[in-house]
Amino acid sequence: MENFIFVILIYTGIYAIAALGLNLVVGYTGLLSLCQAGFIAIGAYTTAIIMNAFNTGFWESMLLSGLVAALFGFIIGMPTLRLRGDYLAIATLGFGEIVQNVIMNWDSVTNGPMGIHSIPEPKLFGMALSASSDQAKPLWVLTIWIIAALSYYLIRRLIRSRVGRALEAIREDEIAASSMGINTAKYKVGVFIAGASLGGIAGSLYAGYSQAIAPLTFNFMMSIMILCMVVLGGLGNSFATVIGAIIITIASELPRLIGISHRIPPQLNQVLFGCILVFMMIYRPQGIIGRIKLNYAKILKEEILHTEK
Amino acid sequence: MPLLYTQDLRREFGGVIAVSDVDIEIYKNSITALIGPNGAGKTTLFNTITGLDFSTSGRVFFKGEDITELPAYKITRLGIARTFQNIRLFKEMTVFENVMIGRHFRDTHPKIVKNDLLNFVIGKVYIKKNEKNIYDNSIKWLDFFDLLNVRDEYAKNLPYGKQRELEIARALATEPDILFLDEPAAGMNASETDRLMKTIKRIRDLGITVVLIEHDMKLVMNISDKIIVLNYGKKIAEGTPEQVRNNKDVIEAYLGKTND
Repeated sequence: MENFIFVILIYTGIYAIAALGLNLVVGYTGLLSLCQAGFIAIGAYTTAIIMNAFNTGFWESMLLSGLVAALFGFIIGMPTLRLRGDYLAIATLGFGEIVQNVIMNWDSVTNGPMGIHSIPEPKLFGMALSASSDQAKPLWVLTIWIIAALSYYLIRRLIRSRVGRALEAIREDEIAASSMGINTAKYKVGVFIAGASLGGIAGSLYAGYSQAIAPLTFNFMMSIMILCMVVLGGLGNSFATVIGAIIITIASELPRLIGISHRIPPQLNQVLFGCILVFMMIYRPQGIIGRIKLNYAKILKEEILHTEK
Repeated sequence: MPLLYTQDLRREFGGVIAVSDVDIEIYKNSITALIGPNGAGKTTLFNTITGLDFSTSGRVFFKGEDITELPAYKITRLGIARTFQNIRLFKEMTVFENVMIGRHFRDTHPKIVKNDLLNFVIGKVYIKKNEKNIYDNSIKWLDFFDLLNVRDEYAKNLPYGKQRELEIARALATEPDILFLDEPAAGMNASETDRLMKTIKRIRDLGITVVLIEHDMKLVMNISDKIIVLNYGKKIAEGTPEQVRNNKDVIEAYLGKTND
């Protein structure tokens, strides 16, 4: 039982990191992206492949996975971010499918549909963090939530700065923002890259923790699940995103938690997400907590006063 | 030399020629009005000049520099600001924030603007001085339009006339040399229009060149130094208000042709 709570905390943390990245793109900048699972897959496979092929340690592989996902974020962002609204959503959906299909079919590198089952165990200060050992789980929880907290802090700092102001303007009215001298393309691509790299890091943690990955894990449903976390908590609110991640992860693990998983079909999760989305849209479209509007004039004033002291 | 001029500027949408080989010249410190019946291509001309739309052919020159191919944000940074026919404020942002966005690149060292997405990691200390300028200058422009008392209101909650003024304030906050106003008096009552007329003159007195599209002829005839008339995408007349008022083609475009 205790063990199970740790597992839930670990998955919640991993999803929270990916969802924080997605919230930056969807919530703060207003770009509907449906390929976060694609970036998670890229991160997970990068970690698995380089750890096996070059014997690198887990933590440097994780950083590299973030960079590789960021690179793909840049490659997909450059052409698609000219698109608006629905068109962008479709293009990103396509990208997510491409990633999954490439992984499925590039047998020599990714081992195809079989997945990679021999990821070396990560080490932390000389201690092995094996997926099968119970002692390692609290350490995993700690590590993952430290990374989640760091992501949270960086995003908060970004959003409260002049960049956050520009992102809000872009979300409100992109044409007006560009006629105010704001290079909207640069900000949009930048945000997309940041969101992708957080997805990559989440994927890498996923691979490191479970030590086995298969392409079907990172399907379209995973992207939808992460989007659900962002929408459920409240768009444009990092704290709410974390709450959303906790709720959705617990909800989807609940059957296993109360021991009825063998009696209900696994597809029930999808029904559950569907119901959550429909009810949210009808009764509370702004999310459980909702967006928190920052007052940038106030932030600036406080900062100026702070400096002059 | 004119501050801004176009050469054979043309914009086609499929088979429709919205702007047909138009040459206009805007001189420094003047107020120029662009008039014409609905669908004459006035807004399209604005859009092509300010970079929100691209021209099919022709050139636009500003301060002697060819700006035809430049994206909108670069054109704004060079010193061309504009407002929109259907007000495009950042509605869910406060009045103060709207003007702050106008100052976004202006009070900031170009290097900071360039590396904007990295600065938040490196540190804020040297950005802070720029941010203070943004704060102070935003207050200056809010004051110019008498908007200081509503600075924490959401833009969408302002009365219509105030929204128009805020849009102009936001555009002026970018410190343009030339300001394009797209139907600034649309939907305004007589007293608001009067106020607007005074505002436009005050803007001109700051040394800013004004170009406006307007249907309110009282306003146009009162404040314009020069009027350009468009019809079916073509320039059919230009001159002082007096010349344009008596121009045969202009009367025909607005009232139709007589049969005798």
